[in-house]
Amino acid sequence: MTYLSAIWDDLNLSARIGLGIVLFFTTCGIFAPWLAPYSESQIVGDVWEPLFGEFFFGTDQIGRDLLSRLIFGARNTMALAIVSTAVSFTAGAVLGFIAATMSGRVDQVLSRIVDVCISIPTLIASLIVLSAVGTATQTLILVIGIIYALPVFRIARAVAMDIEVMDYVEAARLRGEGLWWLMRKEILPNALTPLAAEFGVRFCFVFLLIASLSFLGLGLQPPLADWGAMVRGNADGIAWGFLHPIMPAACIALLTIGINLLIDRWVHKASGLRDDQ
Amino acid sequence: MKNILIDIVLQRLVIGIFILFGVSILITLGVEALAGDVCSAILGQAAEPATVAACQAKLGLNDPMHVRYGNWLVNAIQGDFGTSLANNREVSEQIGKRLGNTLYLALTTAMFAVPIGILLGVIAALYRNSAIDHIISTTTLTTISSPEFFLAYILMAIFAVKLGWLPAISNVSPSMGFLERLQASALPVATLALITVAHMMRMTRASIVSLLASPYIEMAKLKGLTPGRIIIKHALPNAWSPIIQVVVLNLAYMVVGVVVIEVVFVYPGLGALIVDAVLNRDLPVIQATAMVFAAAYVLLFILADMLSMLANPRLRHRR
Repeated sequence: MTYLSAIWDDLNLSARIGLGIVLFFTTCGIFAPWLAPYSESQIVGDVWEPLFGEFFFGTDQIGRDLLSRLIFGARNTMALAIVSTAVSFTAGAVLGFIAATMSGRVDQVLSRIVDVCISIPTLIASLIVLSAVGTATQTLILVIGIIYALPVFRIARAVAMDIEVMDYVEAARLRGEGLWWLMRKEILPNALTPLAAEFGVRFCFVFLLIASLSFLGLGLQPPLADWGAMVRGNADGIAWGFLHPIMPAACIALLTIGINLLIDRWVHKASGLRDDQ
Repeated sequence: MKNILIDIVLQRLVIGIFILFGVSILITLGVEALAGDVCSAILGQAAEPATVAACQAKLGLNDPMHVRYGNWLVNAIQGDFGTSLANNREVSEQIGKRLGNTLYLALTTAMFAVPIGILLGVIAALYRNSAIDHIISTTTLTTISSPEFFLAYILMAIFAVKLGWLPAISNVSPSMGFLERLQASALPVATLALITVAHMMRMTRASIVSLLASPYIEMAKLKGLTPGRIIIKHALPNAWSPIIQVVVLNLAYMVVGVVVIEVVFVYPGLGALIVDAVLNRDLPVIQATAMVFAAAYVLLFILADMLSMLANPRLRHRR
């Protein structure tokens, strides 16, 4: 408990707001079935019932309760983003560590491949790949995970390069430890802090990419509630003066802002940047 | 001196061409995965096997992959990207028109966003940790964090639906006059500008603030110069290199950021084209537009590299 309160004391006001936002959405996501008044696919009323009327946030383009869909959307969209980011970090970090530890030709080949792949804008790459392989949930996770593994590879490689020249790594090498040991026991523990800060930043990118993709029609399949797809579905309402599409979009924005406020503080501290001259 | 610069430019261009070559192979592989059932997708499930076979022959799907890639590459270098499956029009002609519209969007945005972004960045750095700085920083953090369509729909709800000042659908055509066109594209430009201003402002502020810790700034301060003079005369010249990088990288961002914004405002640009093509499985169009996007990306990165070398003589003698 004292550890938690020490962290809390360390946060400034904006970081505390950020933490609050993140906790709020996480709670919504975890307890979605108990919090939501209706299920995510149940049609409960007319099309686009007004905000704050019988239904708190009104109903969507086919009459489903918007509040319930927002709550379930928190669960689906956040889970998808977390798992995809985890995949990208696992793949990117393992390859980055391999490149840094083995160096030489392996490093050259991996780095050049990544150089080429990274020149295709992420949104374009994922549009093409997803339209080719479909948007089943597992495929989405895998594709987004692999696309974002590329920048993670670069960061992990750079971080591991710095650690790899340390004496203790040299000592382990001379002891005859294998590649896997070097990566797991020598490099990983020391690379964990910078990579953890990076995780928050990348999560935001992944989250926004997923939102854009599902907005463009290549996301989770209906009737699963997904914030980006909900914006797309309700978009026509805006011409009639309904604010329904703004609601899920605002949730996306709010959550990303919350995460950014939180990690801004973290990255700031980690970089040791002097801002108070 | 001149020769070094030319060498660097040539070297970057050669690297760029190699990267584009790799990208074209990758994109072809991706499109290849799409090609499998494209004929049955176009003709419908009930199509006769013979019709499907004829369609496949017409698209050259019976040739092995490397032959098709070779043909595509030879034609593409000559500016021929084939014909669209959806409407049988020349892909290059379609792209030419759309590319112009997208560039118009990006350049108009840059015209407003670059000066405002840099100015706000300098102001925030000048009055750092003051109320102005906090307001600017928080606002820009908000716009950076929001998805493009959030800002787009808010602007649309206010200016197009509520006030009715601007059109919600940006239907630009070549016959429009300058002002008419500007009004038609005002909302997408504003959305894009909000995001890019935020990025530029934050990077400008960060690069100036990190310079302020260096000894020569300390010296200038000890000489008794005013903060404004220190920033403009002493810090800014050294900050140009990172700022130029940020400006060009933001242009690269815009190239992709336009995809979602064009879809929201039904703007006839490249981004809307690739989304339509992906949804229709229009292979030649996907392949060509993806190439154009990647090329713009690579070229802008090279440009950023070169410009920052021009702005900072030290970078010219790295090796």
